[in-house]
Amino acid sequence: MGTDNVAALGRRPRTDGGRASAPSRRTPMTWARHGGLTAVVFALPLLVIFGVFSWWPIVSAVIMSFQETNLTDAPTWVGLDNFVAVIEDPLMPQVIRNTAWFALLALVFGYPVPLIGAVLMSELRRRKGLYSVLAYLPVVVPPVVAVLLWKFFYDPRPEGVFNTVLAWFGLGPFPWLSNATWAMPSLVLEATWAAAGATVIIYLAALVSVPAELYDAAEVDGASVLRKVWHVTMPQLRGVLLITLILQIIGTVQVFLEPFLFTNGGPNHATETVMLHVYNLAFASLGNNFGQATALSLMLAVSLAVLSLVYFRATRSWSQS
Amino acid sequence: MTITDATPSSAPTSRPGTVGAGAPGSVLASTLRRRRRRADGDYPERGALSSSDWRRRPVKYTWRSLHFILLVLLMMWCLGPLLLLAKFAFTPTQDILAQPLAVFPSGATLHNIEQAWTRYHIDRYFMNTVWVALGSWFTQIAVATTGGFVLSVLRPRWSRALNWAVLATLFVPAVVLLVPLYRIIVDPPIGPSLINNYLAVWLPAGATAFNVVLVARFFDSLPREIFEAAQIDGAGAYRLFWSIVLPMSRPIIGVVSVFAVIASWKDFLWPFLVLKSDSVKPLSVHLQSMANVDKGTLMAALAISTVIPIVMFLVFQRMFLRGAGLGGAVKG
Repeated sequence: MGTDNVAALGRRPRTDGGRASAPSRRTPMTWARHGGLTAVVFALPLLVIFGVFSWWPIVSAVIMSFQETNLTDAPTWVGLDNFVAVIEDPLMPQVIRNTAWFALLALVFGYPVPLIGAVLMSELRRRKGLYSVLAYLPVVVPPVVAVLLWKFFYDPRPEGVFNTVLAWFGLGPFPWLSNATWAMPSLVLEATWAAAGATVIIYLAALVSVPAELYDAAEVDGASVLRKVWHVTMPQLRGVLLITLILQIIGTVQVFLEPFLFTNGGPNHATETVMLHVYNLAFASLGNNFGQATALSLMLAVSLAVLSLVYFRATRSWSQS
Repeated sequence: MTITDATPSSAPTSRPGTVGAGAPGSVLASTLRRRRRRADGDYPERGALSSSDWRRRPVKYTWRSLHFILLVLLMMWCLGPLLLLAKFAFTPTQDILAQPLAVFPSGATLHNIEQAWTRYHIDRYFMNTVWVALGSWFTQIAVATTGGFVLSVLRPRWSRALNWAVLATLFVPAVVLLVPLYRIIVDPPIGPSLINNYLAVWLPAGATAFNVVLVARFFDSLPREIFEAAQIDGAGAYRLFWSIVLPMSRPIIGVVSVFAVIASWKDFLWPFLVLKSDSVKPLSVHLQSMANVDKGTLMAALAISTVIPIVMFLVFQRMFLRGAGLGGAVKG
């Protein structure tokens, strides 16, 4: 954003308005009289709230990862011990595998479906609103409600909701959450249900901004419907598709609610994800291990940052057409 | 509709920095303006299918049937579970367990709702949720509008640095904040522990960079001439903020409000950690502790907790969907 044409707003019109001459005569008094103080007053809520609840916690996360602390007594410095403990944690390989498996399944279930849905919906000439509302409906359901409802749907008895439906097609009954192999896909299915609508709406917004001239031009060249979708629509969506892909990965890698409420990491740690492990280290079963929990969350954040950096590097040439 | 009409019908921003393709500001402004444009009808919106495509029979029938299949799938996949939940709320527990898909095999009942209301005091937690949502809404609006005003309108010399500091927090995943934020709540810089105090949720909610960015981008698109005119008429910064900028920003404040209320209605982990006692616990936290009660009562409680967000969505659907699209525009 250019700050080149800064209007001297907040300063009195009688001042020269330019900042070129300001530095030489700048004293606290003139600064305050010219409205510098006003800007500070207006920035105060943001500065205080972000300072205490965003900037400082980020800094203190780094500090805490080198400390042992129970939050009440004075913390002690332990160097890299927390990081070593995270790496040597016997559960860690499985936790990482579980998280990657969740993210991968979420990508397979949840990435293509909203795209296909949105492309179909963008061709609607009537009732587009109805389709959008239906698609977005699960997104507004409180996540705890969704999980508890689906937990009941996943009832492993033959009378369970999903088992009843699948029995109509001669399938099942399936063990769903009570089986180590089935538990993770079940979690992903619910997470996809809850999240897909938001992605559909993002794609729809992007689809509306595809310039109509491009379609007109493709028609002059005699392109069929499918070719128009493939050669005009898809390339125009490329930027949005790339962004939603990495955002989805960043989001799903931090999954907490589903493993926590559905299975609490079970059966036999089959659904214990990194975020749930952070929670367990700090607040639950392993308890009060705040230093190690922070170290693990920092390592997760850094891996995500590296991943996004590599991702944007790798796709840069591709996203700018 | 009033909201859309309140959109400043200004000419597109003439500031060079924001006009370039892909600049979030311009996308934002144009998304907010889109409905107007469609109403004006100066350029027909169209998808990959042209009118002549629609006149061709095979194309028409293929797409019509695709759309119909999509509608059926959406009904079953998105609406189905919620209808089922609504039915469960009025079905006796033994029927829910034995024949979950049968429609009231032995009649409907209000027993579940009654139980949820009287024995499990859903009403109390409901009010707690309302308080959580209201306070979070207020801090978010206060921080986003004043912050946006500084970043976009007042623009002191340090606004550039401030802008970066706010943007940078967008790139820090929430997981990093969990433990340090908890420590600040347990042992805040001033005053006693904020555990079981609404402030523990209200204050951190204000530190949402996304809102600040959204509002600042919107302020960027307001015509600068109006601010200058107001200043010539002698309006100071406070007057400018209250009487000019805020009234012109109703659309974006609406979007941020809807986001804020829904987000606090949906939030679980943070309130679960800091609002533990019954007098402050919001619904989402309480429901989790109800997971093992009688199924009929649980389903009624779940249904009650879903009604408000669903109704809000249906009433403000345009704002919701526009807001969700904006999310993509800004992230893009």
